[in-house]
Amino acid sequence: MAARRGWCGGRGSFLALAFGVTLLKVLLIPTYHSTDFEVHRNWLAITHSLPVSQWYYEATSEWTLDYPPFFAWFEYVLSHAGKYFDKEMLSVQNLNYSSPMTVLFQRLSVITTDMLYIYAVYQCCSCVNGKRGGKDPLENPPFVLSVLLLWNFGLLIVDHIHFQYNGFLFGFLLLSVARLFQKRYLEGAFLFAVLLHFKHIYLYVAPAYGIYLLRSYCFTANNPDGSLRWRSFSFCRLIALGSIVCLVSAVSLGPFLARGQLPQVFSRLFPFKRGLCHAYWAPNVWAVFNSIDKMLSVLGVKYQFLDPARMPKAAMTGGLVQEFQHSVLPSVTPLATLFCTAVSVLPSVFCLWFKPQGPRGFLRCLVLCALSSFLFGWHVHEKAILLAILPLSLLSVDTSRDAGIYLILSTTGHFSLFPLLFTAPELPIKILLMLLFSVYSFSSLKALFRKEPLLNWLEAVYLTGLIPIEIICEIVFPFTSWAQKLPFLPLLLTSVYCALGIIYSWLKLYISAFTEPLEVKQKEE
Amino acid sequence: MEKWSLITITVLLGLTVRWTVSLGPYSGAGKPPMYGDYEAQRHWQEVTYNLPVKQWYFNTSDNNLQYWGLDYPPLTAYHSLLCAYVAKLINPGWITLHTSHGYESQSHKLFMRASVLVADLLVYVPAVILYCCYLKETSVKKKISSALCTLLYPGLILIDYGHFQYNSVSLGFALWGVLFLSYDFDLSGSIAFCLAINYKQMELYHALPFFCYLLGKCFKKGLMGKGLWLLMKLAFIVILSFAVCWFPFCTDIEQILQVLRRLFPVDRGLFEDKVANIWCTISVLFKIKTFLTTEIQLKLSFALTFLTVLPSCIKLTLQPSLRGFKYGLVCCALSFFLFSFQVHEKSILLVSIPVCLVIHEIPFMSTWFLLVSTFSMLPLLLKDGLLLSYTVTMLAFLMVCTTSFSIFEKTSEEDLQLKRLSTSIRRYIPWFKTFSKVMKSLFFISVTLMGILTLISATMEPPKRLPDLFPLAVSVVSCLHFLFFLLYFNIIAMWESKDGRNQKKIS
Repeated sequence: MAARRGWCGGRGSFLALAFGVTLLKVLLIPTYHSTDFEVHRNWLAITHSLPVSQWYYEATSEWTLDYPPFFAWFEYVLSHAGKYFDKEMLSVQNLNYSSPMTVLFQRLSVITTDMLYIYAVYQCCSCVNGKRGGKDPLENPPFVLSVLLLWNFGLLIVDHIHFQYNGFLFGFLLLSVARLFQKRYLEGAFLFAVLLHFKHIYLYVAPAYGIYLLRSYCFTANNPDGSLRWRSFSFCRLIALGSIVCLVSAVSLGPFLARGQLPQVFSRLFPFKRGLCHAYWAPNVWAVFNSIDKMLSVLGVKYQFLDPARMPKAAMTGGLVQEFQHSVLPSVTPLATLFCTAVSVLPSVFCLWFKPQGPRGFLRCLVLCALSSFLFGWHVHEKAILLAILPLSLLSVDTSRDAGIYLILSTTGHFSLFPLLFTAPELPIKILLMLLFSVYSFSSLKALFRKEPLLNWLEAVYLTGLIPIEIICEIVFPFTSWAQKLPFLPLLLTSVYCALGIIYSWLKLYISAFTEPLEVKQKEE
Repeated sequence: MEKWSLITITVLLGLTVRWTVSLGPYSGAGKPPMYGDYEAQRHWQEVTYNLPVKQWYFNTSDNNLQYWGLDYPPLTAYHSLLCAYVAKLINPGWITLHTSHGYESQSHKLFMRASVLVADLLVYVPAVILYCCYLKETSVKKKISSALCTLLYPGLILIDYGHFQYNSVSLGFALWGVLFLSYDFDLSGSIAFCLAINYKQMELYHALPFFCYLLGKCFKKGLMGKGLWLLMKLAFIVILSFAVCWFPFCTDIEQILQVLRRLFPVDRGLFEDKVANIWCTISVLFKIKTFLTTEIQLKLSFALTFLTVLPSCIKLTLQPSLRGFKYGLVCCALSFFLFSFQVHEKSILLVSIPVCLVIHEIPFMSTWFLLVSTFSMLPLLLKDGLLLSYTVTMLAFLMVCTTSFSIFEKTSEEDLQLKRLSTSIRRYIPWFKTFSKVMKSLFFISVTLMGILTLISATMEPPKRLPDLFPLAVSVVSCLHFLFFLLYFNIIAMWESKDGRNQKKIS
């Protein structure tokens, strides 16, 4: 309770933070927006002007509807507000339409739906232990957490410059996490089920939810040594959970099931035709794998181990093509990535089952699931790293160990988002915002954990290395002669360098999950 | 958190807001034949780069003074020349003589905006940070808060990064002057202020307090001994810095006279457009410009300006103190803005920056003034299409001030520095209660009024017969505010002296 009371005093500052970041988002309205803007405009048009039965068949634009039905309904609702701004944007034929009113409307829709995110952050902050930290209100964990979440660099640039609706989706996720922290399991499960039907990328973290709910909700008691008491299984609870999930799925997919369109919907949702890596390689294991392959092939040609005539052509264009042919190492199939992902997720799930550590353990497992699938998944987008960074923020204000991991992961993860914004006017914005966020996260977490060092020297050197990388990639490289020959070298360098940091923090998080003492809760009681 | 990281965050926030505002439109974008201040600055680069110094201020076949002729002092011209050299490196087409008139492109905009940011970063931002960090007798929180509020002041951001000008350079030099004077580096302070005047002649609004403060300091040291020596040193350094700045023009007396004629265009009339000063406001009822000759206007404005600056200047000369100096800057600049000849709406920035200097002492009144000052430029900002940035930065500024200074809890008489006034009033009018509530309600009324006027001017078409109705309303409302602030700032500059502050500290 002390935590709650301490935090209530911070309501004013929380509102100020939320209001401030909202104003910043409004200022960002005229900035560059990516093709995702057109994607969402097209979906507005599809849902507005076509009957439900054609939503998943319409293919005038190349940006077909490939999110689950709730998101389509969300666009449908938005489109009814949009018609008061500019009716033209709601026509399916109007490809690449971006009148000032359309931009304003779409940007404002992201900003207003972010209210849910703000509310979710507020709920999360009240779950955090507010007792620690100095007397200064700027140095208590809920305040720090609220800044880390509300002013998150990645979310700001992905949603409010690049253009996407991650804010309110993460609102659902964080709210459901907060509900689990508050032991309102059914609500949490409901919110997560709804979220899955908004955007299916959150399936990545579904294992953590499934296991945690089963272990801590359906089984009502533990043995004194923390192991499972099989007799305490509550059938009612399982049925309650199951019916919530089924009901949500029925509402979402039912209409399409009734029309027999389910296969079409699923073929849109899971397109395995795309390549192993996105156009810009997300900083994961495959990026490292690809570049080792490239390096080997270059060395091979140089020392004449390999015959250049027999090598695949696309191999030298450096990340431009979607279908990537490996020349030395074996090519990776979707099934292989699925297998790797499953293997890398499993230990964390086992840990959650056999070594319950309360909601914090669940959160750690969630982050591990997200990170594992980011590192080993098929056609991963660099934006997916937010799925690990945002939940990890909650852990970072609790222990210095997690804070250290958070700093590495968030800095490298955010840095890897830089190539999303490649236009000149946005260059200062991304650098300024990144510096702002990094300076704040480093100094505030350092102030929270005064005595403990957060990073060792190697990690510090690695993170400082990002500065020269940025200078080389964006300021020096364009003026060198290599810029013509190998235009994608900076992207490759960025993604490989960041991949190292992300893999490292994944390993470190795994180690901390296994070595964390059992059930912190008992100590507090 | 450590102080340095708070300062870094403050600066980064200020820069982020500046750069995001600069993504918006600038004055005269796509509006031939004259365009706006953006084109003026580009044109000066073109002129200074291509013509010899002797022709910069003269009307020649290559330099049509009717088309944005150079009308700022030499330092601005040198700055333009410097920018022109950089522009030449990137794209010579930006500054070719004649053919580059009205040049507009995305990359050129980026270059111009970046040049403002660089100038700001070199001159203004460090001055603000140093000034706030070395404030005497203030807590770290207050220092950071005042730095944040000063850096987020919407008026300067909107004019420099929206409308397009380089006010931060001249204001920054003036700030350096204040900074040096507060550490008794009188000579460096004078140099900095001379640079400010030689960048923009409008800095003359600040000249009297600088002069009176330094003169008073000399008097205090004794006019015969050390004081005289200091005075001579100061006079020498001022003349020297002026001579250096004007060096290329010193060859010929006609050159100097021509520059001066360009700097002080008396024939342009008492005021232009809609300015929130007394003349424009009176003109609503009584057309001064048509009824009085220019000469009478000139004399009248001079007399009124002189009379209104007199009290604070005399006080400053007789009792030179740092606090008095800052309030003197506010009072004099405000008097000049309200009463002097040929005032631009942007000149209100010259009042605002000194007000930022005292924001930690009277947060409530300063915030109020700074809001009104930005509001007074609303017609100009609307013309430039800066409504969005205006609304956002105003709200952000109001929010930052309220949260960091909790201004609404600081409306007691001590906090408003009106203790002495109210005790002396109470001596004559015993039933007189308190300023606190009156001020608070006035503040809310004024903010509501500004909000409503902004909303009306942004959304409604003015009636056909009165096309200037809304700009005029904005000017009149702001002018009334400014008169009230002039009274207030003069009162606290005159009444409240050192012991008033000591009393407050004891209590």
